[in-house]
Amino acid sequence: MRKALLFTCAAALLAGTACAPIEPWVKPYEREHLADPIMSLTPNPVSAAYIDHVYEVREGAKGATGGGGGGCGCN
Amino acid sequence: MRRQSPLLALAGLLLAAAAQGAQLPEERADLLYHRYSGGGITVEGPSVLVRKNFGDSFSATANYYVDAITSASVDVVVSGASEYKERRDQKSLALDYLHGKSTWSASYVESAENDYKAGTWSLGVSQDMFGDLTTVSFGYSQGHDRIRRTIQDQLTGEKFVDPDFQRSIDRRNYRVGVTQVLTRNLLLSLNFETVTEEGYLQNPYRFRRFCVPFCDASTPADSWSTQGEIFPATRTGNAGSGRLKYYLPWRAALDGSYRFYSDTWGIRAHTAGIEYTQPMWGRWVLSGSYRYYSQNSADFFSDLFPFEEAQNFMVRDKEASALKSHTVGIGAAYEFPITWTSWLKRGSVNLSLTHMMIDYSQFRDLRDYPPGSVTPGSEPLYSLDANVIQFYLSLWF
Repeated sequence: MRKALLFTCAAALLAGTACAPIEPWVKPYEREHLADPIMSLTPNPVSAAYIDHVYEVREGAKGATGGGGGGCGCN
Repeated sequence: MRRQSPLLALAGLLLAAAAQGAQLPEERADLLYHRYSGGGITVEGPSVLVRKNFGDSFSATANYYVDAITSASVDVVVSGASEYKERRDQKSLALDYLHGKSTWSASYVESAENDYKAGTWSLGVSQDMFGDLTTVSFGYSQGHDRIRRTIQDQLTGEKFVDPDFQRSIDRRNYRVGVTQVLTRNLLLSLNFETVTEEGYLQNPYRFRRFCVPFCDASTPADSWSTQGEIFPATRTGNAGSGRLKYYLPWRAALDGSYRFYSDTWGIRAHTAGIEYTQPMWGRWVLSGSYRYYSQNSADFFSDLFPFEEAQNFMVRDKEASALKSHTVGIGAAYEFPITWTSWLKRGSVNLSLTHMMIDYSQFRDLRDYPPGSVTPGSEPLYSLDANVIQFYLSLWF
């Protein structure tokens, strides 16, 4: 009985912790560097789409590039 | 005819890609000139993209893209065909809707050339969470390609689309991604994508090669001949990637990425890349990159089959061969404010040069070795060098 009570309390404690709001560890005022345009993951979408497709038609693999498109011949 | 429909799905992904963070992307216009030259192929043309926001919640993106192709590739030359020219036009439209910390996206992309038409629509959603440190995105694309074949009249030499040849491909893409702020200087991006394809997954202009009369490890053949390739009608590929981008103390960015790919044809591929970006002299941004790619061959690939009907599936596409490639790139951008008009904020002029070096481990170069000239299978392996130029103007408004 005591073990069950301890287990219930521990589970409740864990659940409470899990549900607590997560404090952002990088505050909004600390994101100056991340907001710099050189940190953009896709600063030039047209160019990125094009070069991804150049790779795609020359290689067997594709996908998970987070972007893509463009075009070139492959025959 | 090109394997372009995966690109449609990817272009859809790009256009439907949810914004990084719960805000609409910047309004912009891009005019790009691209040129690919290598392996006997030249592809060039413009690409125009315009993104316009409507109110605080809607954004629309339109893209028009052209490929003008001149090809005398190793496949074309060995098949005995002459150099050909063709053109492909691609149009796309995407809409983003911002609601709270979610961005909903929809897009449609279509591509047309004389022997290949393709259309792909995409849906996506992204959600910012955990104090905007995390962005989770999901997406789905569905595409349909219609494939024709150009043939040549033996008497007149005239080329025309074969009225008796019509094939199709159905394609579905499922993707999930997470972008995570790790520290005040470090971003992490993880992406996973599954692509399923069903239909005519081969190129009607390519061929398989086999020994005549036959060959094996101890019995070389005198000559070789060709027939059409035989591909499976289905393919499922999975790709997972990770990317880290780090802000360096002297205002520069270092970007590293890795991707693993695996599919039901037996292809396994590794891609690794690194890029360095350095602002200079106030308005310039310089960059340099290196990318390494390696894959093994598809299970049913062979440069030379022992006889004509050696197995169920027989493929000699160089893209299904084992290969390794190294790519280096440099880029320069000049950014400038625009003060002479109120509806433009700033602009940039960009030049990007990329050099690719691809070495095929199994695919052989037969251009100077017609049947009967040497022992089949002793021809040199094929390699390809290509240069890619991109010159573009971007305007933000």
